Amino acid sequence: MSFVAQFKAQAKVMAGDLRHRKIIRTALRNYEIVRDQRKASFQDWQGARQLAAETKWEAVNHLDKHLIDFTSKLEARGTKVHWASTAAQAREIVLKIVQDKQAKSVIKSKAMTSEEIHLNDALEHAGLKVVESDLGELIVQLRKEAPYHIVFPSMHLTRDEISELFQRELGSAATNDPEELTMIARRALRKKYLTADIGITGANFAIAETGMISITENEGNARLTAALPKTMISLIGIEKILPQMADLALFLPMLATMGTGQQLTCYNTMYSGPRQPGESDGPEEWHVVLLDNHRTELLADAEQRDALHCIRCGACLNVCPIFRNVGGHTYGTTYSGPIGSVITPHLRGLQDWKHLSSASSLCGACTETCPVKIDLHHHLLHNRRNAAKQKPSFGEKTAFKLFAFAANRPGLWNFGKKMARVFQPLQGAVKGTAVDPAKAWTKTRDLPPLAQESFKDWWRKRK
Amino acid sequence: MSERENILGRIREALKVKAHVPGTHGESKGPPTFDPAISSPRKWLPKVGATMDEQLALFAKNAGDLKADFQLLKSEDEAREAIAAVRAKEKWQRVAAHSGNLTNAICPALNLPLLHTDKAYDVHALEACDAGISECDALIAQTGTVLVTNRSAGGRALSVLPPHHVVLARREQLIADLPAAFELLKQKYAANYPSMISFITGPSRTGDIERILVLGAHGPKKLTILCW
Repeated sequence: MSFVAQFKAQAKVMAGDLRHRKIIRTALRNYEIVRDQRKASFQDWQGARQLAAETKWEAVNHLDKHLIDFTSKLEARGTKVHWASTAAQAREIVLKIVQDKQAKSVIKSKAMTSEEIHLNDALEHAGLKVVESDLGELIVQLRKEAPYHIVFPSMHLTRDEISELFQRELGSAATNDPEELTMIARRALRKKYLTADIGITGANFAIAETGMISITENEGNARLTAALPKTMISLIGIEKILPQMADLALFLPMLATMGTGQQLTCYNTMYSGPRQPGESDGPEEWHVVLLDNHRTELLADAEQRDALHCIRCGACLNVCPIFRNVGGHTYGTTYSGPIGSVITPHLRGLQDWKHLSSASSLCGACTETCPVKIDLHHHLLHNRRNAAKQKPSFGEKTAFKLFAFAANRPGLWNFGKKMARVFQPLQGAVKGTAVDPAKAWTKTRDLPPLAQESFKDWWRKRK
Repeated sequence: MSERENILGRIREALKVKAHVPGTHGESKGPPTFDPAISSPRKWLPKVGATMDEQLALFAKNAGDLKADFQLLKSEDEAREAIAAVRAKEKWQRVAAHSGNLTNAICPALNLPLLHTDKAYDVHALEACDAGISECDALIAQTGTVLVTNRSAGGRALSVLPPHHVVLARREQLIADLPAAFELLKQKYAANYPSMISFITGPSRTGDIERILVLGAHGPKKLTILCW
């Protein structure tokens, strides 16, 4: 099945799934309240957004310089930096490190970049045991599913489903208490931290000035992943750059506000190297893998370059009426919701993924909520335009040609209007059926009845 | 050519075309202005009172909202009493800490053998501890945050592996806001940053099951801050 057919089929099922709708509404209700409280606590949220947008503009529009600063600072303190143009190269780099260390087990904290390059499959294929340590990621990993949402991976599941899953996969006792379920995962993962050979993390920000990565989390799993295993690997998209460490004073609270409705998440941690002389713990080796994977193609599109400003807070997903109705898995992409619909055609092919640009009501809620002011809903239109320009649709082109032909000839137009008034009632009989010539459009839409008299006729009579 | 050169080359090629200024919908083509009047985050971030008392009150309120236990004490003696009280209440058997002026002054009140994490230590022994006791670099009023580094707070694991993290701090360590925290880090460490710097804001938590708050996901369930 093509990507578009799959999207349409699943969207149809999910949009009618009232249980799913209820779960998502419940999950987002509290988020909306606390997010708005946090936004209101800023002295001026709009000023903060503009400054954040301009800071990311500076970072992305001088990306070469910042990446050189970032990596030379890292290397000076003993970190090994790797560059990967493609997903395959990134997987090879990680596999090689893991094999050189003769590692058997890997513990991971949440990293969307690893979902993007399907790292877990590659590691498991090479015979390694991979454990996701973020609770939500662990839950979807045990279900052999992709994350449902970039910030809330298991948002689509109820506590009963999670309890059943834990009973089956972790052999735990039945309980539907979220606290007990969390403690089951805590106990199961404790041993893994202590025995894992490799810890893999992502990063939320990469600081050019000081050569640091910054990881935002709530659970402490990333802290442990970066403290206990002997080797640490961080997989980072090249666009994560921020020019200066002090920029975090703005970005950390903005990410927390929009991501989860917190002032700050529980742990925001900066790493600038492996264990340094005189330090008592931490990894002996740290590898930073910088991932391009089509990001430079998006960079080359100056019109949509600001999509690289994204800090992956997930706020645009949460406000999107399409996301809320069709759900995260329907997209079939690593990044879902409005930002996913904008960047996936760049990352994975415009023609295969152009249908996502139409999975939008163009209401603009995403653009309005975005903390770094990405012009999201306009970019959906840009993608539609680019797709049509690159590969025009014969049907659409013909339809518009016929329209132009008729609209330029008043006699023909007036005749058409009269005919339409006569035939519209007949259309009702075949509406949406196989014999309706406009079936694709009318199947789900009503055409309002044409007025019995046109404005032009009415005006003429009035004089 | 190395992949580094390939990627940098593609970036330089891409950046030959200028991007519009954010928030202008393509109407302005030049770079952002970076007006100093608007480019300090302090102008936009949540307000913090100017006096010490206001900042202490704000820290206490934030810590309460975060479900951290913040105890504002009068003296070192009171801190010793406070930590002994926590020990008795929670029946601590094993405790880890690092050497420092505050820890060295307070920890003897526990009357327990200490595992020291600022030298090579056994991670299994740390995992078996009931609490980790550390100093910090600063307390941040704006967000109720404890700022630690692996240099000032006994390594990377002490503040996150045991189920209870106890922070010892002096009142002078309270600072107003996040911009001040980054200024402090720069002043203190710019020549040689510790390899880990962490902003700890409340005890570990998760909302991954039906978005219901649960404390102690992987890090400590409890965070106690003793300040005098």
